[in-house]
This record gives sequence, structure tokens and C-alpha cells, in this order.
Amino acid sequence: MAGHQTYEEQKALVFKGLMLLGAITIVEVVIALLAKGHLIHGVKFTEGFGHYLYMLLMIGFSLYKAYFIIFFFMHMAYEVRGLALSVLLPTALLVWAIIAFFQEGNSWGNRRELIKEKNEERVKPVPAGQPQGYILSKDDFRNKI
Amino acid sequence: MADTSVAHAHESHHPEHQDDANLWEGAKEPFKASYGKLMMWYFLLSDAFTFAGFLIAYGALRFSMPTWPEPDFVFASFPFVNAHWPLIFVTFMTFVLIFSSVTMVRAVQEGHRENRKGVVFWMLLTILGGATFLGSQAYEWTTLIVKENMTVSQNPFGRHIADGIYLNADGTEAKNEDGSPKTFQKNESYLLHKHDGEFDIPKVKYTTGAYAGQVKEAGFGPKAFGALFFFITGFHGFHVFSGVLFLTIIMINAASGLYAARKNGYEMVEKMGLYWHFVDLVWVFVFLVFYLL
Repeated sequence: MAGHQTYEEQKALVFKGLMLLGAITIVEVVIALLAKGHLIHGVKFTEGFGHYLYMLLMIGFSLYKAYFIIFFFMHMAYEVRGLALSVLLPTALLVWAIIAFFQEGNSWGNRRELIKEKNEERVKPVPAGQPQGYILSKDDFRNKI
Repeated sequence: MADTSVAHAHESHHPEHQDDANLWEGAKEPFKASYGKLMMWYFLLSDAFTFAGFLIAYGALRFSMPTWPEPDFVFASFPFVNAHWPLIFVTFMTFVLIFSSVTMVRAVQEGHRENRKGVVFWMLLTILGGATFLGSQAYEWTTLIVKENMTVSQNPFGRHIADGIYLNADGTEAKNEDGSPKTFQKNESYLLHKHDGEFDIPKVKYTTGAYAGQVKEAGFGPKAFGALFFFITGFHGFHVFSGVLFLTIIMINAASGLYAARKNGYEMVEKMGLYWHFVDLVWVFVFLVFYLL
């Protein structure tokens, strides 16, 4: 495992990893503060195209960090191909989970008004003194056994 | 003759055919990784699905709500400083985890060189990193629960759904100290405060949107936010906590010479390293979902 690397090369990789992950995190936070309007007065990307671009960028950075951690810190790059595939391929299922559940969440949001309306619906009140609903009589039980 | 050629052809397709007789003897490692390492990978895969399930639930619930608390407004406190510093403290926490991941890589490398002192030293730094992270999380939780009154079933962080103006208790329009009307804009964040144990929920009059002209209460934010935050960061924090426990046990074992006697390059430290990097990996996504998006 990682036997083809010298000790010095291994130590260099660790330093590179520290710099890379640290730099990406700082860039992420600076972009986040900029996009949410904390750095430059009046500059904000919280709606529309700018917001989508911002989200894509953040997801991209995070996926790169994940790749680096898995392949170099966890040494997946030096494992047998079959091991890497058997661990990484199943995570592709999450792509569908994300699409399906976000679609579902969106749908709950769209139906919120309808659900509220239905919850507030009341049955027409029955005048006082009259029986409510349908009362079963003995006839209802005939020939049923 | 015919028989041997068939057997030969068969063998050339399956060069390991003869080894199969001893397949169950235990000498042959699938994927050239030891049983423990392989199982750690598959445990981490299953754990990744658990975390992904939680984070996807967060996404689905967030999409279903008309408003959602803004992370840079909610997570803005910093220890010993009474200031509004959005996201700075969680960035610090992220760096703590990155550092502890790096020291763990060093521990594994020293293990491969059978350097006992190196393993113990770098593992000790890793444990300190993990403990620092847990302490930071304790601060973050305490601030949210004690100072800002957020619980699993109550979320005082809200956002206005439209432009409008705050009203006084008697229904007149509220004024700022300089006499201008106390207005707010769509998507502006607010935090409800408690007065004498009761939440002070301000009345507002909207000037835009579907409720324009109506008087409403600017009440609690989506309840799911508190539950999701405490549950997901708590589940991650529990992973860090158990990681710190196991790191401590393995460090003591390494110091005692137990793994040196095994002569397998401190494989236990390597397996623990996989788990510890995974905790860092999950934090990358918790950071993304809760604090950046």
C-alpha cells in the first residue's frame, strides 16, 4: 500500500493536502460571504442566475475536497480497482435519491396552500336536535351472517 | 490428448483456477486488502448512505418551505466576541477537522515505517484536534440553545415573506429612534427574542406580496430547521466523539507495543485513519449543506 512512494514523497503529499483543503475552504467561505452580500456593499448573488452559479461552485468545490480526501488521505488511489469500484459505484444511487426527494419536497411546497385549505374545510353543521350521521338499525345486520 | 487440451484452455482463462481449492483457507485476500480494512470501507459506505439520507431530507424539507433561515444570519456568533461574524467560527471548526485529518495521515505513515513514537505523537495531535472540534460544537450548540432559544421543536429564526413595516402593540406603525418608519424587506432575517420567559412576536403590516395591506405576525421560522440542525450535526458530533474514544484506545495500544508485535505496519491505525478521514469527509458535506448553501 503506497509502497511505490518514498517517505519524503508521502510527507510532501500530506503538506499538499493541507494546503489544498485549507485553500479551497478559505475560497469557499470568501465566495459565500461575497455572494450573501457581507463583503462588498450592494453586491449580492442571492437570486436568479448568480445564485445558481454560486450553488454549483460550492457543490463543485465540496466534491473536489471529497475526491481528494477519499483518493489520497484514504489511499483509494492505491487500492485495487475492484475495491474502489465496489465502494464508489453504489453512491451513484444517491443521484437518483437527490432528484426524487428534491422533486418531492418541491411538490409539498406547491401543495402547502391546498393542504391548508383542505384542513380548514368544515362539514355543513347539522341543525340542533337532529341525529348526526347515519344510525345503524337492526335491519342493517340481517342476512349478513 | 483432447482432454488435456481442453483442461489447458480452461486453465488459461482462469489462471487462479488451482488456487480455488484453497479459497476457504483464508490466505487469499479479496481486492488485496485485509478483512478489517475491507469491512471498514463497506461500513463507511453504509454510513455514507445514512448521512446522505439525512442531508437529502434536509434538502427536501427546505424545498418544501416558503422561507428558510439564512445560515450567515444564524451562525454568526464567536466565542469571547460580542460581534456578528457570519460563518467565521464554523470555518475555524472546518480547519480543526482538516488539521486533525492531516495529523492522522502522518500517524498512518509512521505506522508503515514501524515507528512507534511517531504513531503515538501524531495520534495524540489527532485526538487533540477531535476534542477541539467537539468543544467548538458544544459552544455552537450552547449559544443556539441558551442564548437564541432554538430547540428541536422550536425555531425562532425566521425570514420575512414580503416587504412591510413593524407595528407597535397598539397597532400604530413603529418608528426607529431617528423617527423614520421601522420597515423591513422581503427575505430579511430576524430572530425572535424572549421577554420574561415569553416570546415577543411582533405584529407587522405587509406592503407587497400576496398579503399586502394585511396585518400578520412575524412568527417562528420553519420548525424542521432546529430538528434537522441538532440531529444531523449531533449525529456527526457523535461520530467525532466515538472517533476520539477509539483513537485514544488505539493510541494506548500502540504505545504499549501491541501493534509493533503484530508486525503488520500498524494496520489498526490505518483502519482508524479511514474512519477518521470519513468523519472529515462528512463534515465537508455538512458544511456545504448547512453553512454555505
